[in-house]
Amino acid sequence: MADTVKNARNASPFLLVIILVFFILSLAALFIAVQSLIEQTDNLNSYSFLLIGFFGLALSIYMLLQSRGKQAHVTLELPRVITTLECPKCDFKSIRDFKRDDYIFKETGSCQKCNETMRITAIYREAKKKES
Amino acid sequence: MYMLLHLAAMLLGGNDIIGWIVQIIFLGFFVVFMFYGQRIQMMVMLREVETHLRRLKLIRDDGRKKAMETIKEIGKPSGDPTERIDQFLEYIAIEPQSMDPSGIVWKLEHVLDVRDVRFKDEVKLMAPEADETQINNLENTLEAAMALNMIYKVIRHFYLLGKKTLSLYIIMQIQMVLPLIMKQAEAYAQALRAFSVGQPIGDGAGALVAAKLMHGHKTREIARDVVAAKVSIEGRTAYVLKAKGPGGNVGKPGEGIKNLIEEKKGKISTIIMIDAALKLEGEKVGSVAEGVGAAIGGPGVEQFKIEDAILKNKIPVNAIVVKQDIGDAVSPMRKEIFEAADPVIERIKRLIMERTKKGDNVIIAGIGNTIGIGQ
Repeated sequence: MADTVKNARNASPFLLVIILVFFILSLAALFIAVQSLIEQTDNLNSYSFLLIGFFGLALSIYMLLQSRGKQAHVTLELPRVITTLECPKCDFKSIRDFKRDDYIFKETGSCQKCNETMRITAIYREAKKKES
Repeated sequence: MYMLLHLAAMLLGGNDIIGWIVQIIFLGFFVVFMFYGQRIQMMVMLREVETHLRRLKLIRDDGRKKAMETIKEIGKPSGDPTERIDQFLEYIAIEPQSMDPSGIVWKLEHVLDVRDVRFKDEVKLMAPEADETQINNLENTLEAAMALNMIYKVIRHFYLLGKKTLSLYIIMQIQMVLPLIMKQAEAYAQALRAFSVGQPIGDGAGALVAAKLMHGHKTREIARDVVAAKVSIEGRTAYVLKAKGPGGNVGKPGEGIKNLIEEKKGKISTIIMIDAALKLEGEKVGSVAEGVGAAIGGPGVEQFKIEDAILKNKIPVNAIVVKQDIGDAVSPMRKEIFEAADPVIERIKRLIMERTKKGDNVIIAGIGNTIGIGQ
């Protein structure tokens, strides 16, 4: 069972270089913006650089966080399965979670009311509210 | 307001440095997408297939682990069964040659019988302490693990082939069917868990109806892994048959029906077959539909036998199906499917009253996997 598929969550070096370049350019834009704001020269351009710098910084951080390796795992939703037991003599009904080796028409356990052997009459998965 | 307008004008084509940068970036995007658009699209698709493939691998590995744990827990093997299980997951059955189709059904039946015997023997060797019911359940568990392994391998094949050839069409065809394949794989993963503990599954709807009808009556084995009981319904004699439970089993219902017809020398008024059927999107799970014809799935051998026997004796065959999707069919039985058994029994009684006379013989066959359903 050889695995020939590489980890889909591993960030490629190419992507990391792009993020790094983006990050440096954003810092440079921020630096220019702050400098021109301090020196009070060309106010409109400094605001544009400020905007581009923050946007670039946010984008590069977001990309870096997205490309970080995450532990992949399977989450299979396991449904709750119910076993219904009935007493053939007094019709007493008992409901419990499914246990291994339960099967429909299996005689198991004794009735709480008349001590007769109970019979499994139903095994089914509990309905989910969202299911059609 | 003036400042914002000025900023927009500057970004979209102003003569200062910002405008130049934006224009160069825009032109760069245009050129890149013109020459490498398809390649970028392919890379995005490949990435998507890769992500799904990773998930499929996890599902496959989880299934294999679960099967292994169940075998160790129930079968208590003396040695480590890992190698044997891995070999089992790679098993193949080669279909007979169909250039001359005459007699192919019997050839296919023979191959399937050999496969079945081989599977059972393998499971017995892997799990020496397991009883008959547990062996059947373990066999089903391993078959689900095998299906997961096969799905993973096929998707991996197309993924690697697409990557190797850089063909958009190879990648595209696998990317388009991926949602359905993932749904199927998740259904098999749930089935594997249901099989490992012996829970009834949606496919057992037919077997459940037959079990309810024959419960309390004397049963006998009419064909391999098929039991039948003589039940009196509305003054008619009904021969109810189903796969032998409660282990995971579908039996050979076609053989059973054929044997019953031969036993009664063809004097059967009608046959009623009950099975699970795939629903269309929008249809309700557990809804019941009625019709004619042999309601039975599988490779077709059993259906062929039934159709052959009824044709010889001109016996009408009725079908009642319980609708469900592929996920419901192989995962623990839903309440709606369980509750459909009583309306199906009512329909059977109505059919018998309408289509037969008092004293007639009828066959009622509950088709499907009888895991978790006794008789």
